[in-house]
Amino acid sequence: MGSLKPIISELKFTFKRIRQSPLSIAGLIIIMFYVALAIAAPILAPPQPDRDPYIIPNYGISPIPQPPSSQFIFGTTEGQYDLYYGCIWGVRTALRTGIMVTIGVLIIGIVIGCIAGYYGGKIDEIFMRITDIFYAVPTLVLAMAIIVLFGVGIDNVIKAMIITGWPTYARLMRGEVLRVKNEDYVLAARAVGCSDYRIITKHILPNAIYPVIIMATMNIGNIVLAASALSFLGLGSPRGYADLGWLISLSRNWILGLPGNPFAFWHTYTIPGLFIFTFVLGWNLLGDAFRDMLDPLIRRR
Amino acid sequence: MSVRKYLARRLLMLPLILLGVILIVFTILQCFSPAQRAIAYIQSTEDMLYINDIIKKYHLDDPPYIQFLYWFDNLLHGNLGFSVSARMPVSQAILTFFPATVELVMLAIPLLLIIGTLFGILSAVYRDSLIDHFVRVFSIGAWSMPTFWSGIILLAIFYGGLGMFPPGRLSTQIALSLIQNPIHQYTGIYIIDGVLNGRFDVAWDSLNHVFLPSLNLAILSSALPMRIMRSSMLEVLGKDYIAAAKAKGLSKWVVIWKHAVKNAIIPLITVSGIMVANLLTGVVITETVFAYPGLGYFAAGAARSLDMPGVLGFAIFAAVIYTIVNLVVDLLYAVIDPRIRY
Repeated sequence: MGSLKPIISELKFTFKRIRQSPLSIAGLIIIMFYVALAIAAPILAPPQPDRDPYIIPNYGISPIPQPPSSQFIFGTTEGQYDLYYGCIWGVRTALRTGIMVTIGVLIIGIVIGCIAGYYGGKIDEIFMRITDIFYAVPTLVLAMAIIVLFGVGIDNVIKAMIITGWPTYARLMRGEVLRVKNEDYVLAARAVGCSDYRIITKHILPNAIYPVIIMATMNIGNIVLAASALSFLGLGSPRGYADLGWLISLSRNWILGLPGNPFAFWHTYTIPGLFIFTFVLGWNLLGDAFRDMLDPLIRRR
Repeated sequence: MSVRKYLARRLLMLPLILLGVILIVFTILQCFSPAQRAIAYIQSTEDMLYINDIIKKYHLDDPPYIQFLYWFDNLLHGNLGFSVSARMPVSQAILTFFPATVELVMLAIPLLLIIGTLFGILSAVYRDSLIDHFVRVFSIGAWSMPTFWSGIILLAIFYGGLGMFPPGRLSTQIALSLIQNPIHQYTGIYIIDGVLNGRFDVAWDSLNHVFLPSLNLAILSSALPMRIMRSSMLEVLGKDYIAAAKAKGLSKWVVIWKHAVKNAIIPLITVSGIMVANLLTGVVITETVFAYPGLGYFAAGAARSLDMPGVLGFAIFAAVIYTIVNLVVDLLYAVIDPRIRY
């Protein structure tokens, strides 16, 4: 593996840079808060027994949202869905969506990128033309088309976002593989007679994969944003499912408030929106700071 | 290589990529049975009786390669099927809703470019000052903000709270007056048509309605040009020719505008393709929130009603626009920067 000392000293330098940058600390705190919230969801907002915990309980049938009170900490939204429950489990849904899309996109992108970059030639051409075709349509539009074709629902949202998202990572992986392919240790491995599979997995992948993983983690915020936009448009979770985008789409009817009190229903749109906004903000802050810290050209300015 | 050769090569790529998109759409459509695909072409429930005739007419049960030829031929003639959500043929729906979106984007693009580049430049010139911190916070905030949420907040504050800038495209009075005394539609854009017809009330009303959606689009999309401009200006300001210009005795702002900005703007052109893609998606969400009857509103309505021809028609249209814009951007790039001609 080589000596451990340079790895440790670089890690120490990374942590020092993290400590020095207030924005990245803020991002880290926000993300840790939300991850803790998502994990603790069953404790913070206990689901009703014998029910899918992702379905928000509703207490009554009145369409008029109730303001925050002692019974409902964040109030209720149209149809008397408990906003507190919805937001907490909504954060869990968002995190789950982000993680699953990221894993799917990484797997497909890494495999295709490695194959295209390593073997080159015709295979490379074909895959690059395919990614060009995917790039020709804006991602949300393509995701909308896929969902309309294959049905509505949060699972199809995840699948649609994986299908529209992998080209970027395949390209990035391919670029990194091309860079690493011509290094001496790869030539040496080939001279010794390693199989292609062994060269790719043991030599190329460990050196080429870091930018791809960094980009993927940085992108979780945008994935959650796009998924909540699809839910807002009505293409995501069904009615009653704990999804922050869907909660905001409910609030559209209550923007005008009551005559004489235009902000009577402020909680229906402000609270879920703040959850999404701060969630994505945390990821973007961390992602920005990470990029500044880990990019070897900018690190030691 | 000269600009002409580059242009020729890029023009050749355009139809190939579009053909690829169309092939993918066609392949996905093949997953559905002929009867299901025939539904795209019916206009009312009575037509369901004649579904076998429709299948024969559009050759929906022929082998795939023959089908593709007929389908593509239909596509070129503008027959994209019938949209149940808009209750009109898809191509007609696109033509009807397109001018409204142009009006929206026409206002949003200058806004976002001016806000983005101006604040990016100021942020770089006055580095680490208050304005720099504000710009950095704002750009990350705008990048993280959901378009639909900022739209709802804007509506709640301005329309709900202050009664200004109502949603929709025209107020009911003006719409009624237009039905009684129609104006000649030169472009379909009410601001322009209103002025050209001398009906300033129509132009003003349209401006009143389109302002808030444009502002929503512009503010959120300005984050990208702001950051790019800032980092690009910072890089350029450190270059030798800037120091040389200052040493010559040129005033600070002359150096900035005549030398720095011109060079800093080039990376912005690179991302304008991405900006247009963001606009296309932002338009879908913004128009839905503000009930503004443009192409995005049509697409969102089609998606919600599971109207397959509508959504696919919009997707193909968006791909065409995006590809053309990318081509124009690449050409602009090659023209402006003589180093890029390969």
